[in-house]
Amino acid sequence: MNAIEIENLTVWFGAGPDRAEAVRGAALSIPRGASFGLVGESGSGKSTILRAIAGLIPTWSGRIAVEGESLQGARRDRAFHRAVQMVFQDPYASLHPRHTVDRMLSEVLWLHGFRDIDARIERLLSDVGLGRGFRFRYPHQLSGGQRQRVAIARALAPEPRILLLDEPTSALDVSVQAEILNLLSDLRAERGLTYLMVSHDLGVVGHLCQTTAVMRTGEIVEILDVETMRRLQPRHPYTRQLLEASIGLNLGARGAPAPAV
Amino acid sequence: MSGATRPGLRAWLLAEEPTSRAQARAAAWYQGWLKLRANTLAMIGLAILILLTVCAILAPWLATHDPFAQDLAQRLKPPGWEGHIFGTDSLGRDIYSRLLHGARISLYIVLLVALVAPALGLLIGTVAGYAGGWIDVLLMRLTDIFLAFPRLILALAFVAALGAGIENAVLAISLTAWPPYARIARAETLTIRNSDFIHAIRLQGAGPARIVTRHVWPLCVSSLVIRVTLDMAGIILTAAGLGFLGLGAQPPSPEWGAMISEGRKYLLDHWWVATIPGIAIFTVSLAFNLLGDGLRDVFDPKESAR
Amino acid sequence: MSEPHLLDVENLWVRFPTRTGVFEAVRGISFSLGRERLGIVGESGSGKSMTGRAVLRLIRRPGTISADRMLMKGEDILRVSERRMRALRGGRAAMIMQDPKFSLNPVMTVGEQIAEALRAHAPIGRKAARMRALEMLDEVAIRDPERVYDLYPHEISGGMGQRAMIAMMLAPGPEILIADEPTSALDVSVRLQVLQIMDKLVSGRGMGLIFISHDLNLVARFCDRILIMYAGRIVEVCEGGKLHEARHPYTIGLLNSAPDLLRPRPRLAVLERDPAWREAPSVSALL
Repeated sequence: MNAIEIENLTVWFGAGPDRAEAVRGAALSIPRGASFGLVGESGSGKSTILRAIAGLIPTWSGRIAVEGESLQGARRDRAFHRAVQMVFQDPYASLHPRHTVDRMLSEVLWLHGFRDIDARIERLLSDVGLGRGFRFRYPHQLSGGQRQRVAIARALAPEPRILLLDEPTSALDVSVQAEILNLLSDLRAERGLTYLMVSHDLGVVGHLCQTTAVMRTGEIVEILDVETMRRLQPRHPYTRQLLEASIGLNLGARGAPAPAV
Repeated sequence: MSGATRPGLRAWLLAEEPTSRAQARAAAWYQGWLKLRANTLAMIGLAILILLTVCAILAPWLATHDPFAQDLAQRLKPPGWEGHIFGTDSLGRDIYSRLLHGARISLYIVLLVALVAPALGLLIGTVAGYAGGWIDVLLMRLTDIFLAFPRLILALAFVAALGAGIENAVLAISLTAWPPYARIARAETLTIRNSDFIHAIRLQGAGPARIVTRHVWPLCVSSLVIRVTLDMAGIILTAAGLGFLGLGAQPPSPEWGAMISEGRKYLLDHWWVATIPGIAIFTVSLAFNLLGDGLRDVFDPKESAR
Repeated sequence: MSEPHLLDVENLWVRFPTRTGVFEAVRGISFSLGRERLGIVGESGSGKSMTGRAVLRLIRRPGTISADRMLMKGEDILRVSERRMRALRGGRAAMIMQDPKFSLNPVMTVGEQIAEALRAHAPIGRKAARMRALEMLDEVAIRDPERVYDLYPHEISGGMGQRAMIAMMLAPGPEILIADEPTSALDVSVRLQVLQIMDKLVSGRGMGLIFISHDLNLVARFCDRILIMYAGRIVEVCEGGKLHEARHPYTIGLLNSAPDLLRPRPRLAVLERDPAWREAPSVSALL
């Protein structure tokens, strides 16, 4: 059974003449325990797919199934929330500004029916590499990387099997990004999580994922494994264009002389 | 001794790593207090209000005369006349003593309105903003209807229907004061409800009631508190206005507005009868405005992380 | 060799008083800018943007700027009047910010903004300004300048917006361009194009460029010299093509922590920050 299956997914905003389709006829399937990337430029609809799965957008058609269960509209049951969690792009916007880390985590744990809250909070914080000293801090007392760790801890609280990652490192410095990416790979290895990650950075997707779907203006143009991408053998010209742009920007890294511009 | 404990308490409040819920909360309040303290004008406002509260509480002891005792022989005496600090009114009552007792009534009105109106506004505004759809339309049109009337006229209508008296005045003022709060609360809710931290808690399975009360309210409250302190002056004035028109506190109750109303007949020859309660209203209104401005800085969302 | 450098900055400090003491955003750095492309790289909070703003005296109060010397073509910009400074800003030195959405005026067409920038710094007529603005749009590779001239900022894409911004900033003919993360808000595929256009214009006119970015590889590709900043100081100065020879552990750490599609690693190197870096004296980047 696949962790996530999507068939003929169309997501739109607005109605009547204002209707704009953000995603058209997307299909993908992610086996349990896999790490799947969704890449594309801004406005390609990659985050929209994630939000439709999460139940944050009610206007979609087609089929979304999580662990074999088909989803309807924006209604999600408790079982879904225990199985699927999400980490957002901007850790400055995804934590409640007036709640301490402790309050945030205890509320989530309580919602999921856990009663050994104190012990669990300590464990969650240590799982994401934060000490006890962080427990009673407010978000404004944390750095960007620390905030994202708290957001990951919150997502891990219900012990989910699937994590939806919406550009989890794009708001962070490179060195902090490395720490968070390492944390995410460790967590996946330890807990056998399934990842669906959205990113515009092919390097990040290449690091964390095995398979990736390339999106452009609402459509998935190609699904390829990262190895194929690394060998620069995509089938679709758009993927090639994206690869070239991304590698072109990184040429300086290898110390090779920059080609004449 | 206190010199030794103060730095300890201060360090505890400013600790980088609070070790308990209580400490974290206390520290947050303390930070706000530090910010407020840096604002001289706000502190002046706060000092006036504390003074007013103390005066109201201690009125029976601070007053030099019985506020209701009439002495027609001593009527309309100027300030400083034989132990009457602010003079006497048309019935020979001591204005200073009446002012002190009147502070109790004014504070009572202000506090009741300040509790009822924003609470009503917060509830209606956040529900409308979060629910959206027809609930939003219904509640907001209701708000518009209330907003369409001039405030004092609407309050007059309510008092006329309910009967004169302080409690009814409070009710009338609250019923006319909530729509702006509902507007503010709704506007804030609209921006808050699309933020990632609300999405995140929705994804944890939290229902609308919990999200509104625990996640939206704490963020709306700060702007409402600011607005309320800025409106306090208006509330006092509306209460005074009702009193002035004879629809608020009833004579011989020493409500400030009623006192001005009585004094107006003698304004030209005996200016102090109306002017002194007027100055009292002015000072308190100013104090609330100053405090409100200071609170705006404290609650500024652009809290520096440093 | 008698011409002074475009910029000579010695011992620059930028300080912000806070309730808990003075926060030092830039701590005593020295650098020059010739007719070259100078990159300033660092992470958030390293002081790189503050350095760029300080050069144009754009630090908002209560922040303060102090320096032993801050010369723009020999003119001491710490001492000139605010009026003269306004003429220098835009006229001699221009700045491009991260997101064109926030730096273009939303209620004026793109072309009008460029024309206005021209007229603010040169006594030319409306018609001439319009002609010149159209030429500028053409120079930043906007295909249909006549049409784009009359578009409002929300009607154009981010990449086009940033190119319009470059056109606007370069129109009055400044000698120094400060670009603060000019492409971070853009998609990967247009980033390169925008940078190439900027590079071509800056090199073609013999201007000096200060390119501020968090992306070491990108800066390495487009700059002759790179200053690496950490905690308000310069920890290393590198030549553009010789980034692989960098020796400071911070620079090496930054290079290694970025995931690279073509060279996969099971784990990314994590940067261990040595408290000594913060205290080490700033490296001079004077010419």
